[in-house]
Amino acid sequence: MTALLNALPGAVAQGLIWGIMAIGVYITYKVLDLADLTVDGSMVTGMAVCAMLMANGWNVWPAMLMAFLAGMAAGLVTGIFHTAMGIPAILAGILTQLMLWSVNLKIMGKANQALPARTFDVLITQLRKYEALLILVAFCVVLIAVLYWFFGTKFGSGIRATGCNEKMARAQGIDTNFNKCVGLILSNGIVAFSGALLAQYSGKADINDGRGAIVIGLAAVIIGDALVSRFRPNFIIRLLGVVLGGVVYYIVYQIVIFLGLDTDLLKMLSAVVVAIFLAVPYLKKKYFSHPMKKNKEAA
Amino acid sequence: MLELKNVTKIFNAGTINEKIALDDISLTLNDGDFVTVIGGNGAGKSTMLNVVAGTYTADAGHILIDGKDVTKMSEYKRAKYIGRVFQDPMIGTAADMWIEENMALAQQRGTRRGLSWSITKKDREKFREMLARLDLGLEDRLSTKVALLSGGQRQAVTLLMASMMQPELLLLDEHTAALDPKTAAKVLDITENIVSENKLTTIMITHNMKDALRLGNRLIMMHAGKIIFDVAGEEKQKLTVADLLKKFELASDGTFANDRMLLT
Repeated sequence: MTALLNALPGAVAQGLIWGIMAIGVYITYKVLDLADLTVDGSMVTGMAVCAMLMANGWNVWPAMLMAFLAGMAAGLVTGIFHTAMGIPAILAGILTQLMLWSVNLKIMGKANQALPARTFDVLITQLRKYEALLILVAFCVVLIAVLYWFFGTKFGSGIRATGCNEKMARAQGIDTNFNKCVGLILSNGIVAFSGALLAQYSGKADINDGRGAIVIGLAAVIIGDALVSRFRPNFIIRLLGVVLGGVVYYIVYQIVIFLGLDTDLLKMLSAVVVAIFLAVPYLKKKYFSHPMKKNKEAA
Repeated sequence: MLELKNVTKIFNAGTINEKIALDDISLTLNDGDFVTVIGGNGAGKSTMLNVVAGTYTADAGHILIDGKDVTKMSEYKRAKYIGRVFQDPMIGTAADMWIEENMALAQQRGTRRGLSWSITKKDREKFREMLARLDLGLEDRLSTKVALLSGGQRQAVTLLMASMMQPELLLLDEHTAALDPKTAAKVLDITENIVSENKLTTIMITHNMKDALRLGNRLIMMHAGKIIFDVAGEEKQKLTVADLLKKFELASDGTFANDRMLLT
């Protein structure tokens, strides 16, 4: 039991990093109503850019900024595939993700890059968990505040309308294609930024680290939704929920490992859990809907 | 105001399913015209509105709004000149956003959407007043998701949104067809008020011949992608449903109007 408790701060820190990543997923999946699979690649791009730049003597802050920008570039590619070239969003994301595999290998020149906290002046590291926790919480707060402002502006409202009802958005003079691109760019920038944090925290960047990132991100979004949805949440609470979702995910992950589950099965577990949660609203509607209520609404 | 010059729209051109939806249509609307459009299913009414709004691009011909050629202009850019209400109440509003958020989006139609806050206190007061005039009790529900409104309430809000920025052109595509008769009548009342108050140039498609006769100063009948009848002013006022049916029978070569036309 003490082993589990000892693992807790680490789990929370990882959860916060993935919570930031999940905020990126939230922007595409919930706000824009697009399933963007670019993130499996752009997460690693963020890790690789940050690790390589720091390995080449860059300070951590500009290295993180470059990681953010690299992620944005990846989002732009998916955006162009989707809006200018008419490729369905899922496929556009998969294509970019595959391209990023090569790009990430080229950035690192090999399959992984070590970023040990003993040699490099990183911002957060698993060697100093409580410090990392504080810094991560601060990042979350700033990010949520900035996004709350952004999506409350005229431009940001237009992006929300684009995701909510594209026909309506266009009829109101909103450039929906441009907005989708901006959403994808912003989302992947945030995802790559969380990748930069993860590389520092874990002390390495590995080409395989992004595998299944979208599923973890979705899990955090879904858990977050389940946590806050009953409170008539506003945008801030929803984003907070997403971050908490990431934390809950990693605490559960730790418990499962603690209980002795074969770690090879963890990805299977994540995917099954996400599949079940995605199915619940559909099945609820199919088998538990109340036709009476529907009639009342129509009146 | 609005000019359609020899506009043609063909769907699935060159295939076995080829359908000439608009066949060399020309139409000129004067400032302040309120035109009602009738015609059977597949006559090209909705296609005409969609070509004007930019949802579809015309295959041939030109569309001018206020003398400006908008034929190739994208839908969202054209929205600067056009307010629209659709048949499906779900389409005109963003369901998951609040009433005030929807109205703010409409208020920004045709303006640059920058990084200033979307809704101010002053906006809220303005929206409240506008909603109060609808007399649907929506003025106290500014922060209600539109998804929770009934179809009629949604159409009323959409009408407000379509008209609030004084569009050059208001396009109503059977906007009461999905509503029950009582609600439809109410929404039609609101339509009349908004159009006359703002002196909007309006095109309204309807399946209800009585409404087509009662409202507006001009009536157009379409059949097989062509305008087959176009009356205005006094001549329109003298028109009866029987006259319209006769016209329609004549146009469709004796194969009589479909049930929907008959029933209404």
